[in-house]
Amino acid sequence: MTVADHPKGLGVQTPDKPTAAPLPTGRGIELLLLAFAAVLVTGALALVEANQEQQITRSLLYLGAAYLALFTVGHLAVRRFAPYADPLILPSVALLNGLGLVMIHRLDLARADRATLLGAEAPTSLIVRQVAWTTIGIALFIGVLWLVRDHRTLARYTYTAGFVGLILLALPGLLPSSLSEVNGAKIWLRLGVLSIQPGEFAKILLIVFFAGFLVQKRDLFSTAGRRFLGMELPRARDLAPLLVAWGLSVGVLVLERDLGTSLLFFGIVLVLLYIATERVSWMLIGLSFFVGGGVIAYQLFNHVRVRVHIWLDPFSDFNGSGYQIGQALFGLGTGGVGGTGLGAGRPDLVPFAESDFMWSSLGEELGLIGLAAVLVVYLVLVTRGLRSALAVRDSFGKLLATGLSFAVALQIFVVIGGVTKLIPLTGLTLPFLSYGGSSLVANYALVALLLRISNAARAPLPRRPPQPQAPIAEANTELVQRP
Amino acid sequence: MPELVLQLTRAGFLALLWLFVLVALRVVRSDLYAASGLRAILPGGRATARAGRSRTARQLLVTQGPLAGSRISLDSRPILIGRADDSTLKLDDDYASTRHARISQQGEEWYVEDLGSTNGTYLDRAKVTGPTRVPLGVPVRIGKTVIELRS
Repeated sequence: MTVADHPKGLGVQTPDKPTAAPLPTGRGIELLLLAFAAVLVTGALALVEANQEQQITRSLLYLGAAYLALFTVGHLAVRRFAPYADPLILPSVALLNGLGLVMIHRLDLARADRATLLGAEAPTSLIVRQVAWTTIGIALFIGVLWLVRDHRTLARYTYTAGFVGLILLALPGLLPSSLSEVNGAKIWLRLGVLSIQPGEFAKILLIVFFAGFLVQKRDLFSTAGRRFLGMELPRARDLAPLLVAWGLSVGVLVLERDLGTSLLFFGIVLVLLYIATERVSWMLIGLSFFVGGGVIAYQLFNHVRVRVHIWLDPFSDFNGSGYQIGQALFGLGTGGVGGTGLGAGRPDLVPFAESDFMWSSLGEELGLIGLAAVLVVYLVLVTRGLRSALAVRDSFGKLLATGLSFAVALQIFVVIGGVTKLIPLTGLTLPFLSYGGSSLVANYALVALLLRISNAARAPLPRRPPQPQAPIAEANTELVQRP
Repeated sequence: MPELVLQLTRAGFLALLWLFVLVALRVVRSDLYAASGLRAILPGGRATARAGRSRTARQLLVTQGPLAGSRISLDSRPILIGRADDSTLKLDDDYASTRHARISQQGEEWYVEDLGSTNGTYLDRAKVTGPTRVPLGVPVRIGKTVIELRS
């Protein structure tokens, strides 16, 4: 388009020059960082093998190349379906997932060692499963990018998403224990050899529901109300979403004995409400609900009381209920500032070192320096999500991106806070690092949605030829599409 | 593995891990301002930025309403405000019309004109009837949204 095509008129002016150079899409830097992540992960694997006195063969290089190839496929899908998406999200995820795989392999080696020492049968290796889950995760990631071309279409399925999410969340609690209970938590669906945690997928669906619902009803929660102590309180009947969230999280707690998930849901809804309405009163009401729920749960449920007691003093019953967290604290202490080196520590002494206690396993071998680096990678992931929320132009996208990023952030806080004895321990997994198929696959879907929203936020606006404007009195009725 | 090699590889791995983090943070820095349309002010370019600050508006800032905090960097093209999909600033507001107002440049100045909206456009307190000059930092109210021009 040249200037000569359009006469310069009042109001309608064509740009004399391209106003800003087109933003770099960042796909190149994404590939570069993916390759860097592959080098890091291969290096970590080599260190583990060396320190565990395994043979270092060329096969390590092939494994590294396979890892890079897997994420390159993901990268190509991003190039194809979301070319303007954020360049940092996928490499951060790749690095976290890779480090998780290396640690799971390392714990496999330790358990096989102990089994041969005791003359027992070698335990099943978890790494094969986790690699399979990673592949499925990448496939779902590509599938979501391919299927959801515009995140605003999800707003059409607000209530469907809410309904399906609710069913998925409640299903394990309602099924008999034989189908849903593993290690005392009724959060599973056991389908033959396959066990999945439907709650992980319900998390995404319910975030879609609350984001869509709040965009539709936002004005209701922020306009009417009574002033009290300098802040505006919402009307009683507008409390419904908060009450629903509270009821849900308490229901999960009662039916499934899952402290972490209930905390996660309540926190997500509270933050979405706050962001949609900008009312501090929601936070205060929510926190008082949380305190109330916490006190009641402490009175009613024995497993909550146990968690609180081992949080207050894990060493009072070190050989019993406090053993896990006690060992984890010793592990973190052994790691110190610099860590023992990958493969040179004893993280396997902690029960469930590969899932709930991945953080202490990493801390023992990478030390504070390494943990801080991993934490900053998480931080980059979350802030890039929140940044997409700030930059995207539609309200639904803003709330959805905020909800998804905040879900990751809260999960990280709850897990790491629990392992390091800042807050009572709850059974959640670290996104991308821990062993666990459902969590990994669901988080890949979550990241695909974040990339989709960041693509919408960063894509240049389509340039339309300026249309002649009829005065409003002469203008025809036009059909405006609802967002 | 010998102790020395263990220590060296341990330190080397942590250094590489942090190098990854630093590269990532560098990317964060490089497009810190890009997505919002605001250009980063480089330390060397401050003098020109200060000089141009006196008169011309460089960006449009939403100060109130659901889109509060959004910025649009101004070039010579007019800014269309309304609920229509092709608006430059698309409002999701029941009090705004489909095509509510237009802010356009005439010479060095920016003018706001109402496009026959139902609820009107206000420059500070005064209702906008014809094209009106918008000085820097004076609020323009459209429905629940308030915008300002900034240098």
